[in-house]
Amino acid sequence: MKIAIMKLGGILITALPLDLIDEDAMEFQGDLLNEINAHDAKGVIIDISALDLVDSFMARIINDSATMAGLLGAEVVVCGMQPQIGTTLIEMGRELLGVETALNLDLAMARILAKVKAEDMEQADDGT
Amino acid sequence: MAGAKLTTCPDPEDCFRRPSCLPVTDEHHVQIVRRHALQCTAQLGMSRLSSHYVATAVSELANNLFFHTSNGGEIRFCCLDKAGRVGIEIIAQDEGPGIVDIAAAMTDGFSTNGGLGAGLGGVRRLMDEFEISSKPGIGTRIIARKWLTEAELCCDRKSH
Repeated sequence: MKIAIMKLGGILITALPLDLIDEDAMEFQGDLLNEINAHDAKGVIIDISALDLVDSFMARIINDSATMAGLLGAEVVVCGMQPQIGTTLIEMGRELLGVETALNLDLAMARILAKVKAEDMEQADDGT
Repeated sequence: MAGAKLTTCPDPEDCFRRPSCLPVTDEHHVQIVRRHALQCTAQLGMSRLSSHYVATAVSELANNLFFHTSNGGEIRFCCLDKAGRVGIEIIAQDEGPGIVDIAAAMTDGFSTNGGLGAGLGGVRRLMDEFEISSKPGIGTRIIARKWLTEAELCCDRKSH
């Protein structure tokens, strides 16, 4: 199953499906890195609102994907976590999800744009 | 999906009264047992959060069966009703390689497949009771139970 990665401005938006298997996850991570590279993406939003459950396997996929994208220099925000998932992840053990999160896609977009803008300004300052 | 005896819940209306046993030999079976767990806990009258805890624990156990054994295993669901206490029992069993050092496997951060290593420890924290027995070369059996709270029991009785 192919996971769609959409480009909006310089930001990539993607959503993880409910029935993700290991093989799809690996393919997705490869695709994501290629897309970041191809489009010079400054930010990535990973929406997980379709997931009704996040176990340590899924948490690892989210973590790894975000870390990989971060290594390429993209700002990554995970959004749309259902409330009971937050409680369960904390109950299972800390540090299961060590990524930056936002409540929904709107807030994730605002967060990423603010970060990208701040970075651009920093670069402009360095340039002068 | 070779070897799958059962792919869906046998009788969704009554799946928790009779013990059920679902195979986990394929990655897609993880979804099925997880959904079955949610059906069982919903019928028992468990709160949404507790149901979610149980389903996540089942998901962990199912992933373990798939990723750590060559032939997979099975998960049994059983409704418990004794001495005024109602709950659900989950038994994950396999004939896989077994766990050599159980204490190490239960430690957070321990993983043999590059995972987060929070699986078994997480299951123990999500459930009320947790038992594990394993013999290298023979297999592993994990029993986990979750009981309804007083509040959930009252709600359940009122709604029936």
